[in-house]
Amino acid sequence: MSKLNTSSSELDLDRPNIEDYLPSGSIQEPHGKLRLRDLLDISPTLTEAAGAIVDDSFTRCFKSNPPEPWNWNIYLFPLWCLGVVVRYGILFPLRVIVLTIGWIIFLSCYFPVHFLLKGHDKLRKKLERGLVELICSFFVASWTGVVKYHGPRPSMRPKQVFVANHTSMIDFIVLEQMTAFAVIMQKHPGWVGLLQSTILESLGCIWFNRSESKDREIVARKLREHVHGVDNNPLLIFPEGTCVNNHYTVMFKKGAFELGCTVCPIAIKYNKIFVDAFWNSRKQSFTMHLLQLMTSWAVVCDVWYLEPQNLKPGETPIEFAERVRDIISVRAGLKKVPWDGYLKYSRPSPKHRERKQQSFAESVLRCLEEK
Amino acid sequence: MGNTSSMLTQYDIEEVQEHCNHTFSQQEIVSLYQRFCQLDRNGKGFISADEFMTVPEFAVNPLSQRLLRMLDGLNFKEFVAFLSAFSSRASLQQKVEFIFKVYDSDGNGKVSFNEMLDILRDLTGQFISEQQREKVISQVLEEAGYTKDSVLVPADFMKILGSSGLKMEVEVPVD
Repeated sequence: MSKLNTSSSELDLDRPNIEDYLPSGSIQEPHGKLRLRDLLDISPTLTEAAGAIVDDSFTRCFKSNPPEPWNWNIYLFPLWCLGVVVRYGILFPLRVIVLTIGWIIFLSCYFPVHFLLKGHDKLRKKLERGLVELICSFFVASWTGVVKYHGPRPSMRPKQVFVANHTSMIDFIVLEQMTAFAVIMQKHPGWVGLLQSTILESLGCIWFNRSESKDREIVARKLREHVHGVDNNPLLIFPEGTCVNNHYTVMFKKGAFELGCTVCPIAIKYNKIFVDAFWNSRKQSFTMHLLQLMTSWAVVCDVWYLEPQNLKPGETPIEFAERVRDIISVRAGLKKVPWDGYLKYSRPSPKHRERKQQSFAESVLRCLEEK
Repeated sequence: MGNTSSMLTQYDIEEVQEHCNHTFSQQEIVSLYQRFCQLDRNGKGFISADEFMTVPEFAVNPLSQRLLRMLDGLNFKEFVAFLSAFSSRASLQQKVEFIFKVYDSDGNGKVSFNEMLDILRDLTGQFISEQQREKVISQVLEEAGYTKDSVLVPADFMKILGSSGLKMEVEVPVD
């Protein structure tokens, strides 16, 4: 288990490390004397392969679950049609207006504050924070967000990071309307990217590109600097590194857990009663996702600010990350799977296969020596 | 993509059942069809090797490359037929024949020493030397009354594997 030694890989923000989670040795190990039967019998390995083809926990994490249709009979159908008319004909235009007003207010305040208050850093920061919270509230209002916050509100103090499970970019908006977090996020293209690089930058948000390995080092350095700064906004990290459908949690990257800070878990659970808040970035753009939310009745969700956690003596960052994942999964009612969310973008490394091969090879060699 | 199962009619299901010798129930076939559509990302009606490899649990399997040769480009009927060996309703004979087919890569109906060596290579990777592998196989072959040059036919496989409690079952999730 030399992988658990992390001192040498401190800079390695999000090295995929499923091997630490995978149960090892699935190939049946022959006991005692090796017979032809044991060697020819490859059924355990085949069963495993077929099992993965029929159903696998990884694909399930990223499956969109459309809301159950309820317009199934002649009495409900007219009501449903009325609903469609109200949602698209009345609610949607109203929401667009609300959002537009929000943007007008926000932009007309933000730029003067940003450029005119160059000398007064403290005041400028405070105002900018307030304005970002304001525009996020407008966003939440534009989908009639019914958000219930449980637990004490986050406070600003150095040496703490917030970690939350990730379902959609709207997680960020929902959390941001209460507290101006600085967030670590994938750099997005299009208008989201523009917002990221202009406005959110002023909150101290950090952007990276998943596929750029050298970005990781830079991000890790920025992270360190950020958490130790006194007047910085509290840092928010989505350690899953990708959107999951809010039924499962995938592996937490250990980056957030080896900063030597207090980790404050946040659990977010969406109620699928009106709309599925999972952003399946493969299937739709963020704009389409927002439109979907804006044409639904409401987005209902619960946010829990949970008990801050610290690294226990003798605990590795990976164990710590798992412990925090446990806490979040239990609170939000999510199932844990051992997979790295980045496998959405890449193949698993040959290491996992090699581990299986190694355990089988060792058992064969043992039998060989016994003779 | 939501309601793809509705595209399967009773006739389709029965046809597929026929094709896989009734090793799957109708509900299981509907479930398998949903899964098939999920794996067939670009909706071409068959699943390519690349698409199978997007399932990490499959990709890390030591035999995945070998199985891909059997799996690449399967349509739904063939997909079900492939999986039928893993049904609890499949006979021991079917299961052993499936294992035989995995071994018999050239498809000549005989498994040679080299083909056994290939599988063992897949299973053990770089952790055993080629000589050791050869030694292991010839040893167990001799103990079982064969020689290095003997070729095994399905009947031999049945004799060797048939008596052991072969557990090769995969449950199809039905909702």
